[in-house]
Amino acid sequence: MENAAMNDQATTAPTVSSGMFDDDRQPLEIAREKVSIEVRDLDLYYGNDQALKSVNLKIAHNRVTAFIGPSGCGKSTLLRCFNRMNDLIDICRIDGEILIDGKNIHDKDVDVAEHRRRVGMVFQKPNPFPKSIFENVAYGLRLQGVNDKRKLAEVVERALRAAALWDEVKDRLDDNAFGLSGGQQQRLVIARAIAIEPEVILLDEPCSALDPISTAKVEELIAELKNDYTIVIVTHNMQQAARVSDFTAYMYMGEMIEFDDTARLFTNPRRKATEDYITGRYG
Amino acid sequence: MNNKSSMRQWFKSGDPWIWMIGGGLAISLIMVVGLLLLIAVRGFGHFWPAPILSTSVTTAAGESESIMGIMVRSETLPAQRVRESGQDIPADQPLVTRHLIKVGNRDLTGRDFVWYLDSALGELHYPEDALRIERREWGNFYGFARGLERGGEVVARGEALWPQLLQAIDRANELHQRIQTLERVEIGRINRKMEELRLERRALELEGVSGAELAAAEADFAARQAELDRRFADIQAERRELMEQSARDVLIAETASGREVRIQLNNIVMASRNNATGLLGKIGFYGHRIGDFLSGYPREANTEGGIFPAIFGTVTMVLIMSVLVTPFGVLAAIYLREYARQGMILKLIRVSVYNLAGVPSIVFGVFGLGFFVYLLGGTIDDLFYPERLPAPTFGTPGLFWASLTLALLTLPVVIVSTEEGLARIPRTIREGSLALGATKWETLWKVVVPLSAPAMMTGLILAVARAAGEVAPLMLVGVVKLAPSLPVDGEFPYVHLERKIMHLGFHIYDVGFQSPNVEAARPLVYATALTLVLLILILNLSAIAIRNRLREKYRAEGD
Repeated sequence: MENAAMNDQATTAPTVSSGMFDDDRQPLEIAREKVSIEVRDLDLYYGNDQALKSVNLKIAHNRVTAFIGPSGCGKSTLLRCFNRMNDLIDICRIDGEILIDGKNIHDKDVDVAEHRRRVGMVFQKPNPFPKSIFENVAYGLRLQGVNDKRKLAEVVERALRAAALWDEVKDRLDDNAFGLSGGQQQRLVIARAIAIEPEVILLDEPCSALDPISTAKVEELIAELKNDYTIVIVTHNMQQAARVSDFTAYMYMGEMIEFDDTARLFTNPRRKATEDYITGRYG
Repeated sequence: MNNKSSMRQWFKSGDPWIWMIGGGLAISLIMVVGLLLLIAVRGFGHFWPAPILSTSVTTAAGESESIMGIMVRSETLPAQRVRESGQDIPADQPLVTRHLIKVGNRDLTGRDFVWYLDSALGELHYPEDALRIERREWGNFYGFARGLERGGEVVARGEALWPQLLQAIDRANELHQRIQTLERVEIGRINRKMEELRLERRALELEGVSGAELAAAEADFAARQAELDRRFADIQAERRELMEQSARDVLIAETASGREVRIQLNNIVMASRNNATGLLGKIGFYGHRIGDFLSGYPREANTEGGIFPAIFGTVTMVLIMSVLVTPFGVLAAIYLREYARQGMILKLIRVSVYNLAGVPSIVFGVFGLGFFVYLLGGTIDDLFYPERLPAPTFGTPGLFWASLTLALLTLPVVIVSTEEGLARIPRTIREGSLALGATKWETLWKVVVPLSAPAMMTGLILAVARAAGEVAPLMLVGVVKLAPSLPVDGEFPYVHLERKIMHLGFHIYDVGFQSPNVEAARPLVYATALTLVLLILILNLSAIAIRNRLREKYRAEGD
């Protein structure tokens, strides 16, 4: 039913319309931004199931881009493509290109570990390591062979401050990270990601396991972080997307339905499917 | 009708099943506790100083004879059975009671334990001055002390005798200790040096050295040999001196039947007057005997003395086994779970590993003997110890092969536990590490393995419990009835992996079923079994303590 309606829409209102859109259904504002990630005709299959269908997307440098859509629409899958987390799934196959700063991340000469250092990721459930708070944040640096105590302490403090966690944990850096609350753990994980100074931070539903107060803190943090990092966030929560993001993409059944400036997408969606979803008429 | 439906109600409520489960648990617990209690009472009751009885026995010929000893147990049985064994029982008597008495004095009567019919025994007395002497040879002596002889002269008798005797026994024991040290340590060291010398000479022969070089080496050998001979003579002289000193005193004692016996004091382990000892004295004596049992060396074909070498051997073997099995098991599990391509072959391997746990342990023993001892050990001897051949070094059962065989036996347990531990680590934690630019190996090493350490410890605990109690394969690959020396000592290289060891499990079998003196050995079997159970318990508890500490350290969110 839903599908039919959508197809209808697609035929009656072709995607290339006024000056708002370029050929790839990208919002015009993108043209004024520096592009950090570019996705071209991305298809992704799990075995025989196609999870992403020719997705095209440009993600702006030092902006927040949000992916919204119902469960199973492929938004997390798309996010996980950016740091090649899908490599871990044996049956996963990818066609198309993902360019970061103009370089295809699937090129043979790309070192996956090195690539993931540039594209950090924060997951749905806080996943601190079974180590002290300090060691959690220092983990990425130690991997790079940094063992100088002063340098580590400096970076850990900066990361924790950036993640707005420093004041809460500065007296117990040697305590086990599991002793923190869920919200603190999530900010710790964010601190851990920014300690290695990535260019992009991917947030996969970072607030879905958090209470409202912790959620507010993480959202504040995102607003802070976008000064220095390109942020891509997947969220179930449309209000959250509206609050924190500059651009929003609506995905459905593995397709990018609409991608636009956040304010415009939420106030004046061009497609009916998007409107149905954001007004809650979907499902 | 009503009754039937209420019955159905009761079944539906699940109560009968809860009762059944609870009952099953209770039965298991009662059996385990009962077994432990039985072993404990029988085993450690043996060391309690029992009262020494004295009585007269009417023999079949109608003569009366005095005996002295300790009541071991009594039983009542149908008279017919006793008649069949050739004893005269009045026809109207349906049941007969008989007592087993440890009369000792094996050197005099040839019998340690004797059954007496209740009717043949006179009144029981417990004389205050009845004496029990534990001897290094010929078992216990029961009788009365009459005098202490020193250099052919009686120096004490009567009231003054007992304290003087105890003093003299202490002195003799001290001398004995020194002689033992001389024999075990000093003479042992010289023997090993001589053996080394012989091996060096043999190695030169094998190398085909000749001419001036050989002459120089020969001269060196001769000098060293002379030096060793001189030191050996010194030690021998010292030992002879000590022996003479320790043979100074003789106890003159009298058996219940009035026969006079002379007992050299250097043959006495301890003397006690059980009937005259108060409760505190008995407790002290009891502790002393248990201490001797746990820390002493076996005597008299293992039916007396202590079990220290067996405890030591068991612990050493289990520790070496743990050191061997943990890395192998953990690495195998990591490969199977993390790196191997999941598929048909892997399933087959996994099933084989699980089934390995069900292979009878004696099969592992045979494999260990054939592969480890003869093939590997023989090759090691050929390559590294050619000068010692034909006497084998590693090509014979020994500590290392026993440990290795047990490691193989317990490998499946460790693999299975580790695999389960690895499988339980949440995917998000691995992804968290990978997302920070860690390689798969770094993620495994820094996050996954520490987190699954408690599971590995669980595997090790199971492995230790299984290995410590295993006997059958060990008989083939390194455990013996009596080992001449401990596998760890002050001689380089300190841990002697090629030596044969004693083992508590085998000791139980040996003492219980291969012993010439069954009655004397019986309590030792219980005591040894209890020691083994306690030892396994201690090993397990320490492993569990380590695991709990690891769990605390790596407490995961879900736990």
